[in-house]
Amino acid sequence: MIQSEIVGDQEVYDDSPLYAAATKIYPQKVEGTFRRLKWALLIVCLGIYYFLPFVRWDRGPNEPHQAVLVDLAHSRFYFFFIELWPQEVYYFTGLLILASLALFLSNALFGRVWCGYFCFQTVWTDLFMWVERLVEGDRRDRIKLDAAPWDANKIAKRAAKHGIWVLIAWWTGGVWVLYFADAPTLVRDLATFQASLVAYVWIGILTFTTYYLAGHMREQVCLYMCPWPRIQAALTDVDALNVTYRRDRGEPRMSLKEASKERAAGQPAGDCIDCYQCVAVCPTGVDIRKGSQLGCIQCGLCIDACDTVMKKVNRPTRLISYDTDENIKRRQRGEAPVYRIVRSRTILYVVVIAIVGALMLYQLTTRQHMGLSVLHVRAPMFTTARDGAVRNGYTLRFSNKSNETHKFAIEIGGIKGAVAKSEETDTLPDGRLMVSVDPDSTQEIELYVTAPLSSATNAGAPIVVKATDLQDGETVSVSDHFFGP
Amino acid sequence: MATTEPNQVDSVTGQTTTGHEWDGIRELNTPLPRWWLWTFYACILFAIVYWVLYPAWPLVSGFSRGALAYSSRGQVAEDIQAIQAQRAQTEAGLDKASVTQIVADKKLLSLALAHGKAAFAEDCAPCHGSGGQGSKGYRNLTNEDWLWGGTLDDIQTTITHGIRADYDKDTRSSAMPAFGRDGVLKPEEIRQVASYVRTLSKLEPEAGVDVAAGKKVFADNCAVCHGDDGKGNLAMGSANLTDGLQLYGGDFKDLIQTITYARNSTMPAWGARLDPVTIKSLAVYVHSLGAGQ
Repeated sequence: MIQSEIVGDQEVYDDSPLYAAATKIYPQKVEGTFRRLKWALLIVCLGIYYFLPFVRWDRGPNEPHQAVLVDLAHSRFYFFFIELWPQEVYYFTGLLILASLALFLSNALFGRVWCGYFCFQTVWTDLFMWVERLVEGDRRDRIKLDAAPWDANKIAKRAAKHGIWVLIAWWTGGVWVLYFADAPTLVRDLATFQASLVAYVWIGILTFTTYYLAGHMREQVCLYMCPWPRIQAALTDVDALNVTYRRDRGEPRMSLKEASKERAAGQPAGDCIDCYQCVAVCPTGVDIRKGSQLGCIQCGLCIDACDTVMKKVNRPTRLISYDTDENIKRRQRGEAPVYRIVRSRTILYVVVIAIVGALMLYQLTTRQHMGLSVLHVRAPMFTTARDGAVRNGYTLRFSNKSNETHKFAIEIGGIKGAVAKSEETDTLPDGRLMVSVDPDSTQEIELYVTAPLSSATNAGAPIVVKATDLQDGETVSVSDHFFGP
Repeated sequence: MATTEPNQVDSVTGQTTTGHEWDGIRELNTPLPRWWLWTFYACILFAIVYWVLYPAWPLVSGFSRGALAYSSRGQVAEDIQAIQAQRAQTEAGLDKASVTQIVADKKLLSLALAHGKAAFAEDCAPCHGSGGQGSKGYRNLTNEDWLWGGTLDDIQTTITHGIRADYDKDTRSSAMPAFGRDGVLKPEEIRQVASYVRTLSKLEPEAGVDVAAGKKVFADNCAVCHGDDGKGNLAMGSANLTDGLQLYGGDFKDLIQTITYARNSTMPAWGARLDPVTIKSLAVYVHSLGAGQ
């Protein structure tokens, strides 16, 4: 209900209802540099997503042959030459840190370039809009079709559009589950209805979300659901390049005819001819001439639209361009624009990215295919043996990340007169204990170390357990304590 | 301070404000999108469907069960059944093998240890402690002070038939007399023999007590079971008194109490309560705790 009220000398309307229907946006077709760039990136991104599960990678026998695989049943993650175990989840933490830093860097350089070119919401929406345009025609046709009565033509077009959308969405959901199982096998199982129920449920969920978010929600996701525009606004600075309407050049805006009249009379006239092409092509329906705003995903399509018009009216292009507000002010003062790509903020991001990346790379390349952890048996902390000697128990967990059985020799260091024994080991000819660990698995053993009373202290004497791989000599040591009365 | 004035228009956006003002900042009166409302209704609908399908409402006695008759307890029962079916296969090997054969085979050993550890926590830990460390009167299973033998077979027998479990005819049985209560020894003699027993473990004798007299009391009354040297006898379950590892405590006071009243605690015969695989696994696990022989 619209209420009006006289406040002071002006009549004020409360035109804000509690809930408002979304204004439907009919983005117009556009051609140009940024549109071509977006098509190229769309093909690359979707190409990776749709076909990556089918890429094979030979890891030898008893290992999956899929390049990228999240094996939930066996708690393994495979990424080409990398195989991660659950306890190495910190690599994902590192990856997330890298991803957020890269996002911050991209924001410091080009604003919301992620939103405009790479975000899956943008990419799938772009694809869905392309289908829509293909079936129902461009902006005017679609507006007309929406207003038209439900005749055979409208029904056919709507059915075709939603049919294709659902097919794409279904294929998107179908590919998602392929990352969690052997892709060719799963495709066959899915086609013959042999796959597990959970696979179909996930396909259903992702079909629905893709269809609904890319087909119907579109810019609503960016405006109301996505946290990034909010965070981004707090992270940006004056030097970040944003899609900017150069109001120094464009204003005062007026029709082409008026502009030529004004120019002939020696009066100032802006380059903007107020043709609304920038608004018509915008996928989120904003008017970029109002300046930087939440709805702008900075995809650059308005730049293409404006450039097309500027070429037609023989004015210089890039009335809308990647620029900064500061540069507009500089131009208005008669100064040259300044583009500061290299500045403390971007240097900081690059340095931190380099450090995190180097750390992760170092970790990955020096990562051993064996692991050992030790846990002191707590109950009892120690046992006094019949002859007065002291015994401590340790739980050792060996992990063997390779795909063949490895044998490890165990040695004890740091405790005088220490003798180790375990029921779960064999003894080598030289007297050392040996444990055999199956491929791609872990093995836990209880190790009992006995030493004279004089070697033990109540506070715990430092003890080292060293394991040597009998095949390749790789060693790993862990430290703990040897307790006594 | 928030002040409220109706229907002001924000000069930058041309939009009305909510009328609230905080330190000069006014909030735009932006309506929520309509689909938000629909999402809200969808949630209500979801809740209603949930009520119908799942347990939801408390009733006077019990609760509404839901059309799917789901219960988390039922799910646990199903999971337990599944794991038991799986175990039946993996533990078939344990069923056939003897305890010695199990220890000789690394695969069976690792199965038995896992099974034994779980069963120990359930059935044995209440007395013997979570790691078998025991406490006064309850055997510390990690030291060598075995009363009935520390070999795999000994341990298996003890677990199966228990100690002084009168309902099992094969139970381990020994009964130290209550020397004091039954008037066999005088209090002073008990003090003397307790002091002597301490010296067997190379512990300080009680001051002012005649150890030599204690030695004589020991030879006359105790040596028949505990041996002349006090080293005990596994066959009759008499304790080794020379190792300082006394089940009921090695202090002078503890010893006096033991000699005066005797202790003779019991352990259940698990043969009647646990299946053979679990008993074998327990024997293997206890044997592995560092003191197995």
